[in-house]
Amino acid sequence: MTQLLLFNVFNGLIVGAFYALMALGLSLILNLSGVINFAHGGFLAIGAYLAYALMPTIGFWGALIVAPFLTALLGLVVERVLIRRLYGRDPLYSLLLTFGLAYILEDGTRYIWGAQSLPFPIPAWLTTPLSSEFFFLTGYRLFMVLLVAVAVGGLFLILNRTRLGIRIRAGTLDLETVSVLGVNVGVLRNLNFGLGIYLAGLAGVLAAGMLGLQPTIGTSLIMPSFVAIIVGGLGSLPGTLLGGLLIGVASGVTTVFFPSATEAVMYVMMGLVLLVRPRGLLGEEGRTQ
Amino acid sequence: MSNPESTTKPLQRRKVIQAAAGASLLQLATPFIIPARAADNVKIGLDNPLTGTYAAVGKNELIGCQLAIEQINAKGGINGRQAELLVEDSTSGDAGTAVQKARKLIERDKVDFLLGNVNSSLALAMAQVSAEKGVLHVVPGGHTDAVTGTSCHWNVFRICNTTQMEANAVTPSLIKNAGKKWYFITPDYSFGHTLQSGLEKACKANGGSTIGADLTPLGTTDFSSYLIKAQAAKPDVILFLTQGDDMINALKQAVQFGLDKRFHLAGGQQELEALEGLPPDARIGTWVFEWYWNQPGVPHVAEFVADIKKKTGRVPTARTWFGFASTWTCALAANNAKSLDAVKMAKALQGLKLPPEVALMPDGAFFREGQNQLIPDLYVGHAQAKGISEDDLFKVTEVVKGADIAGTLAETGCKMTWPS
Amino acid sequence: MTFGRDKLAWNAVLWIVLLTMPYWMGAIGGYTELASRVVILGLAAMSLNFLLGFTGVLSFGHAAYFGLGAYGAAMSLKFFAPSTALAIVVGIVVGTLAAAAIGALIVKLRGVYFAMVTIAFGQVFYFITFRWNSVTGGDDGVTGWHRAPLRLGFATIDILGNDKAFYYLVLLLFAVAAGIMAMLLRSPLGRTLIAIRENERRARFLGIPVERHIWISFVISGGFAALAGTLYALLSNFTDPRSLHWTLSGNFVIMAVLGGMRSFWGPLIGAAIFVVLQDYVSSHTENWMSFIGLFFVLVVTFFPRGVLGIIKRRVAS
Repeated sequence: MTQLLLFNVFNGLIVGAFYALMALGLSLILNLSGVINFAHGGFLAIGAYLAYALMPTIGFWGALIVAPFLTALLGLVVERVLIRRLYGRDPLYSLLLTFGLAYILEDGTRYIWGAQSLPFPIPAWLTTPLSSEFFFLTGYRLFMVLLVAVAVGGLFLILNRTRLGIRIRAGTLDLETVSVLGVNVGVLRNLNFGLGIYLAGLAGVLAAGMLGLQPTIGTSLIMPSFVAIIVGGLGSLPGTLLGGLLIGVASGVTTVFFPSATEAVMYVMMGLVLLVRPRGLLGEEGRTQ
Repeated sequence: MSNPESTTKPLQRRKVIQAAAGASLLQLATPFIIPARAADNVKIGLDNPLTGTYAAVGKNELIGCQLAIEQINAKGGINGRQAELLVEDSTSGDAGTAVQKARKLIERDKVDFLLGNVNSSLALAMAQVSAEKGVLHVVPGGHTDAVTGTSCHWNVFRICNTTQMEANAVTPSLIKNAGKKWYFITPDYSFGHTLQSGLEKACKANGGSTIGADLTPLGTTDFSSYLIKAQAAKPDVILFLTQGDDMINALKQAVQFGLDKRFHLAGGQQELEALEGLPPDARIGTWVFEWYWNQPGVPHVAEFVADIKKKTGRVPTARTWFGFASTWTCALAANNAKSLDAVKMAKALQGLKLPPEVALMPDGAFFREGQNQLIPDLYVGHAQAKGISEDDLFKVTEVVKGADIAGTLAETGCKMTWPS
Repeated sequence: MTFGRDKLAWNAVLWIVLLTMPYWMGAIGGYTELASRVVILGLAAMSLNFLLGFTGVLSFGHAAYFGLGAYGAAMSLKFFAPSTALAIVVGIVVGTLAAAAIGALIVKLRGVYFAMVTIAFGQVFYFITFRWNSVTGGDDGVTGWHRAPLRLGFATIDILGNDKAFYYLVLLLFAVAAGIMAMLLRSPLGRTLIAIRENERRARFLGIPVERHIWISFVISGGFAALAGTLYALLSNFTDPRSLHWTLSGNFVIMAVLGGMRSFWGPLIGAAIFVVLQDYVSSHTENWMSFIGLFFVLVVTFFPRGVLGIIKRRVAS
């Protein structure tokens, strides 16, 4: 029993890291621009499909590097052309826009690549388990955790050491002042959106290796991201990271004792957090408005 | 919501943009628009998923239907009139939409036949509508037993197997070749439940036992925690009853965990669509197929495969055959009854044996009287990364006669009543 | 809201159109069931708009109460008694109680975060109905039941076989609901809600218990959504978890926006356009999702005030 439990905790951390990657992109966009990007799953799918399309030419590693950038590029265009005009208005409109965008992205991927699931081959040496006892620690899953760690580290570096990052963080706290200080808020939001979408694209490439590649690949991952953000704390990126990990572990542990509640547990956690500490575990005061 | 928006855009500019948007929409729309509907034809309404999770299998069924319509019209149509296929997207799960489309096809388009649905529960909901309106309804690929079991209707026929039949077909060879201790990973909906109980029953009858089972929610993407549990129980066989994308995810992860080297992986129903979506090293396991394209020596199969390959560039799957056979069933019903009256056609289908160019199976297939269930052959075998060609992903080891394993009519629970 | 002669005339036209819909629907390529759908979803959109357009609170999870109403009605007919009236009552009660509970939990949040949480809670209910197989039938939904004929003592109306009869029942309940909503909006309660929408801070300074009013609005809105849900279940003789999914919630919002959030009948117009458009487009192309998505994008970018918003402005100018 303890071994089962331990395995599930470890595995939960791995799965949770993946949820966190998705949620971080969503959180970045939400915090600065106040937009709930319903199309995040769609961008994840685009990242996955672009990787699939690029793989014959530049291989798995090439696709891993290039696909997220291309997805981010698409994100920049979308933000500039569609979302930007809605910032001044009620947040309702940008929500509806991303909602419609999600439909278009799903249908678009289905139209271009078909509804049939596509096989996404990953390098063979990555898929082997590391030890027969810890069989669930496959090379690919550890690679995924490593990549998430690198991405999170990179994100942290960007946010703390680069001018763009500092402006993003400042903008999250007080966009008006930042704008008055001479920063081009439009460009800032644009790049921030691109950064968030980059993370979605990266999550997409990773997901394609683990899951089946079909147009609806992103839609099931949106809800855990929401919950991760709510549990971890609105407005807090470390919170989102923590939230993702917590959800992953909680789901894994629940499978051992109450397998049918595996998914419910994340919503129960969300309910508890909202009751006891509405701003989330690491959320900041006053961010709930 | 306390900032009223400033609306200084002049109305003219807005009008121009609207007009442009409208015009461009129309331009984009033309390639997508399905041709308009003529008034004099016999209409067959297909209410099946074209979007969502079941889009891939739904599309294949549609292709089978389209080929059948072409063949039917080439052979003189239905009772001398041309046949026409009206297609509606039921979406993959929204019962409201499926029922709405069924009503639309029946009431507005006045279809003579209704086909659908891949999703078992939608099939049941549609069956209620078709029974209410007295329209002949053929279910190509909805597997839940109730359709020709406890919820059977005189006007509802089904092409694909019941889950009990699939279970009965695969169990003997599994017990013999893989082992007696079974662990189930079952999707948590009616199809999964009935398949599991069917398999458990057959397993016990053959001397095996169930040592564990996990119900996984539909749409689970990560099966790792269930797989961890499964391997801890140390079974002989891990059975994956999941379908579609769930199947792909579960198998992919099981192989990544190296479970295929320690346990035998198997299941009930398997489909070519799922195998095509798996990476080559995950195309493993013992399964039951309901129809397979590579049947050397069986007449007419090669032509069918060639016809479908010409249309889509890929081989037909069981789903293609389901759509094909359902549409042909409608034509056969009408031509044999020499009428489009639903009751007469339903009576004409009782015990009807499908002609070989429709059945496309070694032992043929027929509709069991009093149950409206097609009794076909079933193909037991194992998945393979590559066979005689890139598309040959399944090696058939045994063809089981449906009649041998279908059980008795009483066991199905179908009590059919006919309108007076 | 002023009530000039014009308004009365427009209202009369609207009601004439609604009352005769089953008769002219067929002529334009529709069918009676589509008409019922328009009215039911119109009611759902209007209930959402009570919260969204008149109180200024963004709920993106209203399908939860709609769906709970549907399940309540379905399970009542399947397990309790073959009475349509009871089913409707049960559905409304279930939906309203859920709205009351959830509303109380989240009333302190606002804006985008409130929206997120409403979605998440909507998913909780989706998830419960999806997983609690033994009771709700899980993904298969609640099947094997149908709407019972209405026994009125002096007559029995067959609403099962007769689509038109069912449509008029739906229309009747819609009229009652709309009437109550209109009355509430004209009352002091309604005025308070509009005040909160216009400027929450000022309302608070005036001593209005803002959270309590938002909660009340949430509950009322949820209750009417539940009523719409019960009718939806009765329409299909079927209900499944999809009626609780957040994509349906999104559809309600777009209907409200498309028709015009600031007007009472806007959402009904929006629902009519959306339902008919979706029905039409999905019959003609497999790629209807792209068109609907594009539609969302266009409406939001170019028609944020909705159809009635544009008409009002043109009339005013």
